[in-house]
Amino acid sequence: MSNNIIEMKNIIKSFYIGTPNELNILKGIDITVKEGEFVSIIGTSGSGKSTLMNIIGALDRPTSGKYVLDGTNIDEISDNGLSEVRNKQIGFVFQTYNLIPRSSALKNVELPMLYYGMNKKDRRQRAEELLELVGMKDRMSHQPNELSGGQKQRVAIARALVNDPSIILADEPTGALDSATGRMVMDLFHKIHEEEGKTIVLITHNNELADETQRIITLRDGNIISVADNEKYYRRFREEEKICL
Amino acid sequence: MFIKENILLAIAGLKSNKMRSLLTMLGIIIGIASVIGVVSVGNAMTSSVNSQMASMGATNITVNVQEKSATSTTSKNNTSGNNSSGNSQGGNKGTQAGGSSQSGNKTQSGVSSQGGNKGTQSGGGIPGIGGPTGGGRDFGGGRQGKSSSTAKDIDLMTMNQINTLQENFSDEISSISINESDVSGKVKSETSFANINTVGTNVGYQDVKNIEMQEGRYLAQNDVDEVKNVAVVSDKLVSKIFGNTDPIGQDIKVYTSNAIFTYTVVGVYTYKTSGNSRTTSDDNLTTDLYVPITVSKKTATNKNYQTFTIKPKDGVDVQAFTTELSTYLSNLYAKNDKFEAAASNMESMLESRTTMMNTVSLAISGIAGISLLVGGIGVMNIMLVSVTERTREIGTRKALGAKSSHIKMQFIVESIIICTIGGILGILLGLGLGTMGAKAMGFVNTVSPLVIIISFTFSMFIGVFFGYYPAKKAAELDPIEALRYE
Repeated sequence: MSNNIIEMKNIIKSFYIGTPNELNILKGIDITVKEGEFVSIIGTSGSGKSTLMNIIGALDRPTSGKYVLDGTNIDEISDNGLSEVRNKQIGFVFQTYNLIPRSSALKNVELPMLYYGMNKKDRRQRAEELLELVGMKDRMSHQPNELSGGQKQRVAIARALVNDPSIILADEPTGALDSATGRMVMDLFHKIHEEEGKTIVLITHNNELADETQRIITLRDGNIISVADNEKYYRRFREEEKICL
Repeated sequence: MFIKENILLAIAGLKSNKMRSLLTMLGIIIGIASVIGVVSVGNAMTSSVNSQMASMGATNITVNVQEKSATSTTSKNNTSGNNSSGNSQGGNKGTQAGGSSQSGNKTQSGVSSQGGNKGTQSGGGIPGIGGPTGGGRDFGGGRQGKSSSTAKDIDLMTMNQINTLQENFSDEISSISINESDVSGKVKSETSFANINTVGTNVGYQDVKNIEMQEGRYLAQNDVDEVKNVAVVSDKLVSKIFGNTDPIGQDIKVYTSNAIFTYTVVGVYTYKTSGNSRTTSDDNLTTDLYVPITVSKKTATNKNYQTFTIKPKDGVDVQAFTTELSTYLSNLYAKNDKFEAAASNMESMLESRTTMMNTVSLAISGIAGISLLVGGIGVMNIMLVSVTERTREIGTRKALGAKSSHIKMQFIVESIIICTIGGILGILLGLGLGTMGAKAMGFVNTVSPLVIIISFTFSMFIGVFFGYYPAKKAAELDPIEALRYE
């Protein structure tokens, strides 16, 4: 139990509740993600993927059901509490990077620590560490509009990692990138997963990307239709191990 | 700790959108600048008028011997008084004639307050000049047609009476000035001339009229007692007649229409413009030439005194003291059927001037306030645009763990920064305009730091007030919607 990072029980999310056009987006989702897992959630558009991501990311509350994130019961806490959960336990990586414009890469990476309440010196040190990790240290004073897509996403990944969150929640992280750059970003996720031991939840509609993860959760019409351990992942992992050896 | 970050962020934001920031600030700049400008010009005007009035003796009390008034003479008094202002330099009626009757006083000071100013400067001395005509001209033109009631020596106050009065009220009186405007004439040198107006004065005159000496000394008591032919001249006269040579100890000749007088110069005083003499060029400027009063009395018909001015000591309640003096003087004149001695001061006039100026300032400040309001609404508008533009950024910040309070603070700080920078620019602009305006009107500009602090604080307040609603809107954005916003 203790190493379950995400525990979702019978999560239901409905909109327009009580009106004739009531909409049930999620119809009873059960998900468990263990610490250190690299999981992907796939589904076509309209499958409830984004809604599920919002709930996992504590941006939204389920209509009913129980969601425990790393020991914190999400449906019991206030809005400010949700902000803190997002700040400390979740690292978001968006398809559109969502870097703060007119702020340097360094400032962007420092931002979650600013809301955390860390002092300037520690912020700076930690941000530099992570920019180093994603290979962006030499560009840290550049503003987002001076960076390429792949560079932006790497800064965003550094930003997601900076408060040492329980999970990294990546929403179509390669969706706006060409395949080579996308490959590089995925490699970075693998590196983080393998070297830092991070739990990563990847949300995508791309089966190829999902194939790189340990477990694939498939969503259709608000229901989970399959949860499958991914043979290919282990094969890849073993191959890499061989290479390393 | 967010404050500093927010300030830096806001400044970066403003820099990246310079033109828009400037236009947004413009409303605040104009508003604050007009407030500062108006207030500083108003202050300059008020303080300049006040100091002018003070130097002219606004707190001084004038004692007049005048006919016990009847209403019929008052109206006539007004008419002829105004007529005479055209040709006599001593348009003294404002203050002096004001004493002739209560109702007359009001009307007159209302009608010709200009003349009143001039009047005090030239000291209301004209009455003494040549008996009936002079007295009549000054103290109630009403009497011009009724020479029978002109004050005789017996009706006027003697030097002894004045001295006794000074002794009786030694706690309240700083000094008493007695003066008589004698003839006007010219002082000539080989190359030029200067118009003068001979004024016979006592020693107290210097204190009462705030005469500043540049060189030498003012008239002394023994000049008066011994009837010495000495004179104190203006610096303007000195520059015309003496040029660079030292005037002290030199003799000057005063040419009047029918005589020549010779005086020895003992001192030079600094000539002060009276505010209303802007039109007078230096060339035909008439300055006062002060001689001992006893000297000018030699040619006067009346040997006693019709008018004198009392300068109260600092801190004396002028209004109460005037009333006290009036009682004392009416006792003194209890037995005189035709004449009375009245004490009056200019306080009320000063007050009404100040009130008027304050009202004008207030009205213009109100208009400036409206422009600040409009400016504030402009700021609010731009802040709302900014919130909409940055919806995605707000969503991102929220996803990264910003609480609503953080977002609210960020936008309020930004709004405050806009308004504060606008306020500072406005203060600078206002100071510039105020200084220019005051200069153009011939006043010395004085801006109290208080006004600056208030404007600064007020512009910050505008920032908070008009920034609050957009900030609240930003803080209440749903992070999911905000992140999805295109």
